[in-house]
Amino acid sequence: MTTFFQLLIYGIQLGSVYALLALGYTMVYGIVGMINFAHGDFLMIGALSTVFLTTAFTNTTGTLSVLQVIAIILIAMIGTGLVGVIVEAVAYKPLRDRPRMTALITAVGVSMFLQNFPRALPFIGPNPRPFPRLFPLIQYNIGGVTITSTQLIMLVLSLLLMIILYYVVNKTPLGAQMRAVSMDKDAALLMGININIIISMTFFIGAALASSSGIFYASIYPQVDVYMGGWLGTKSFIAAVLGGIGDIRGAMLGGFILGISEIFATSINSNLGYMIGFIVLILILLFKPAGLLGKFSIEKV
Amino acid sequence: MKIPKHLSKGILPVLGFAAIYGLIMLLKSFGIANNYHIQILMFAGVNIMMTLSLNVVNGFTGQFSIGHAGFMSLGAYGSAIITTLILKPSVIPSSMQIPVFLMSLFIGGLVAALVGFLIGLPTLKLKGDYLAIVTLAFGEIVRAGLRLVEPIGAARGMIGIPTYANLAWIFAFVALTLFVVRNIIYSRYGRAWIAIRDNEIAAEAMGIDTTRYKIISFTFSAFIAGVAGGLYAHVVSFIQPDTFSFVKSSDLLVFLYAGGSGSLTGSIVGALLLTALPEALRFLASWRLVIYALVLIIVMLYRPKGLVGGYELPFLRIRRKELYEGVTESTVQDAEEGE
Amino acid sequence: MKKASQLLLTILAIAVFLSACSTGSPATPAEPEPQADGEKTGETLKIGVVSPMSGPGATAGKYITNGVKLIEEKLKAEGGLLVGDTRYPIEFVYEDNEAKEETTTNVYQKLINQDKVIAIVGPDMSKAILAAGPIAQSAGVVAVGTFTTNEAVTQVGDYIFRACFIDPFQGRAAAKYAWDAGYKTAAVIYNNADAYSKGLYENFELAFTELGGKVVEVQAYSGSDIKDYNVQLTKIKAANPEVVFIPNMFTEIPLQVRQARELGITAPFVGGDSMDAPEVAQLAGFENIAGTAYVSAFSPDNPDPVAQEFVKAFNDAYGMNPNSNAVLAYEATLMILESIKNAATIDRKGIRDAMASLKDLHLPSGTITVGPDRNPIKGAAILMYNAEGVPEFVVNVNP
Repeated sequence: MTTFFQLLIYGIQLGSVYALLALGYTMVYGIVGMINFAHGDFLMIGALSTVFLTTAFTNTTGTLSVLQVIAIILIAMIGTGLVGVIVEAVAYKPLRDRPRMTALITAVGVSMFLQNFPRALPFIGPNPRPFPRLFPLIQYNIGGVTITSTQLIMLVLSLLLMIILYYVVNKTPLGAQMRAVSMDKDAALLMGININIIISMTFFIGAALASSSGIFYASIYPQVDVYMGGWLGTKSFIAAVLGGIGDIRGAMLGGFILGISEIFATSINSNLGYMIGFIVLILILLFKPAGLLGKFSIEKV
Repeated sequence: MKIPKHLSKGILPVLGFAAIYGLIMLLKSFGIANNYHIQILMFAGVNIMMTLSLNVVNGFTGQFSIGHAGFMSLGAYGSAIITTLILKPSVIPSSMQIPVFLMSLFIGGLVAALVGFLIGLPTLKLKGDYLAIVTLAFGEIVRAGLRLVEPIGAARGMIGIPTYANLAWIFAFVALTLFVVRNIIYSRYGRAWIAIRDNEIAAEAMGIDTTRYKIISFTFSAFIAGVAGGLYAHVVSFIQPDTFSFVKSSDLLVFLYAGGSGSLTGSIVGALLLTALPEALRFLASWRLVIYALVLIIVMLYRPKGLVGGYELPFLRIRRKELYEGVTESTVQDAEEGE
Repeated sequence: MKKASQLLLTILAIAVFLSACSTGSPATPAEPEPQADGEKTGETLKIGVVSPMSGPGATAGKYITNGVKLIEEKLKAEGGLLVGDTRYPIEFVYEDNEAKEETTTNVYQKLINQDKVIAIVGPDMSKAILAAGPIAQSAGVVAVGTFTTNEAVTQVGDYIFRACFIDPFQGRAAAKYAWDAGYKTAAVIYNNADAYSKGLYENFELAFTELGGKVVEVQAYSGSDIKDYNVQLTKIKAANPEVVFIPNMFTEIPLQVRQARELGITAPFVGGDSMDAPEVAQLAGFENIAGTAYVSAFSPDNPDPVAQEFVKAFNDAYGMNPNSNAVLAYEATLMILESIKNAATIDRKGIRDAMASLKDLHLPSGTITVGPDRNPIKGAAILMYNAEGVPEFVVNVNP
């Protein structure tokens, strides 16, 4: 029984990472209608910039205080958010009225660029780097199950971010505008909403969330390299579709389902763990073709 | 000089292919081209076939398949199992090598087509992005599944596949594929596919069984991809499940859309150029993929219809007028007769 | 007009393609000129060097190229390799195989056909040379794997050699060390997607069981991109082994070590040659990896004068100690150069025959003789990470 709970904890830990990443994916899809294959690389940018920021901070002061950790995380998130805005402005905006596949291929190119450009820079390079310890590591043993303070802090922070996002999208004017654009871009334009700003904001938030996901992921698995985002991005895409793409609660749900099922499947067979995400996806789509919380939009003729 | 139409679409292209092949062989004997170039051309040939196969589904039928590498791997493993594990070179007489090779390619294609059919049945009812994600999942499930099968080397891969494929075979197959694909696009199937692509609801309303034709498109495309995969296996002599991952699928998507979907010439150009480009950029060392990525982004930003922009070489051209003449009557008739 | 310009574009594209394919410079034979001391200058010989300069194996690539560059600089200063009374300038062509099999096959083709090298050093990974080896074999070009320890490598053909020991030897050495250190039970976590990892694990299990030990738990994971080993390590912890064998790649080991310690596994680790990279200690955390022993091709503390000379030269040139990757690349190159000297005719076949009969070559990691199966008969060293993450010499193991 303790093994079950231990695995559950690992599953929730991994799930929160997937959930944060899936949120950004689903937001961009819902509001702009494009699958941003480069999304996973925002995760990498967040993690990598945290490594460098920490080095910069510790050079001046030695060890990190709580305030500094918060500062580092915020700077990383804002920085990555800005990268997201720039990417959208340069590579995706010109293609907004083009067929979807064009933007998709461009996203492939952007992803390749985001991975290989830092790699080519001499001070980054392709080698994995250790991720600094941002959160204190204290192990708590509850009934045979080990939980670390890192896990608790991460879980709390992830839930906090998700709640903040939910609030912003559903209870603020900005959120209302975002929802309007996702429902009908042209109508929103006619209502006087500045589409460009909304889309930029969407990318900013999505990339910032991805970068926080990267920081948490790297805190669990403290090995960072320029390629770490690609595969995670694909998995979070699966999580987003599983939960119903375009729906924020769906992304969160999908992320946790994916994380938990992956950990449990690995305990049975490591190859199964590899496949489980796709199998769960197909099973869900067979019974709920729009994903767990998704709704099909009516195709008007 | 006016070339009679049946000639320009028939014999001349074949002669043209043979001429290009002859030229390459000539260059090789002079030492200007060497095995390295030949290998690049062989990879490019396989990629052209794969891109044509993807073009059938994504370009002409307007569907959204992003896991096509899965079909390639089924064909690769299917044919490799026959030539490497069952009918090994050591157990068959050398005169039988070519027939075994061709048979293995055919079987590889069949395996891929069968799986394509089985996948197509339930999923082609999905639309747009959901179809995409399912094809992606399918590609990855095939890969993860192959990693489990020990007799074919599991995740470590299969080595020692006899290198039956040479440039002549690749040329022949590419030519054959172009011929078949072009003619099928020109046929009633192709017209149905293009109708589905242009406006699925209208096509359905006109009596075209869209699901049936989508499945046919998918299965046919999977067969070609399977044969291409088999050829690939017999070029590199070593395959592993991870070669056919989503990275490969996205490479194929890039070839297709950067070249121009819906255009057979675009598939040739896209696959050819983008296979050669990373090799040509080798001198850039660690900046190689950065430049490649930038080239890709720039192409998509400034030529979003693809490098050739929908253009077709004369012998590949399908004039829309010919296509749509009598499309309503004949296609509806065919559907009513239940063919 | 639009159609014509598009046709032009297509033709241009094909032209670019064809011209792009003709990169690479053919070997330019130097004209023999009489030197001051009566030496003749022979043609420039090219040797290909294949290593992972990008991608996950890039640290290894750096060590490999540095090891070879030591020789390259020395040869440049001397004007070339002296064979008899002729000096042959040697040109090294470095290519990146990205630690991938497909890229290795491409690179091999290029080196063999475009650059027309007479021999190839590398790559370092078994799976890469298993995939590309058949190309070198059928072209009749000697390829010397640097760290390719999987048995099947030299079985590809008689043109494939290696500079390192093989996994059966390595597995036995690791098992013997663990047994001699008093550990009776062992657990293993290995990567079943990698031929090296699987082969090494199987050899360890065989040898350890023969010695009287018991492998109480074996866990597998499938793929280098996996970062979460908690599930497998939890099961290993439950089996309570006295030692844990981790024959995995250096990108996987650090997280395994870390997670094991965080789970509360206190048993020491034993590993194979892939542990020999400074990043491993850094990424794993010094306190976690202290006490981990591994089989290495080379120990920087080796008092042998040839070894010390190499260590010093490497330090002077690059400011760091060489590791196994550097040594083996250095030795593979020396093996080729020695074969050139001994060859009946200086061509691809001559080098192969000379290499197959290499005897008693005094190299930094020991004196080697190439055996009948083209595997070098050589020993290994057991190194152990201390509390500062620096490997220290423990004991020598001889075949």
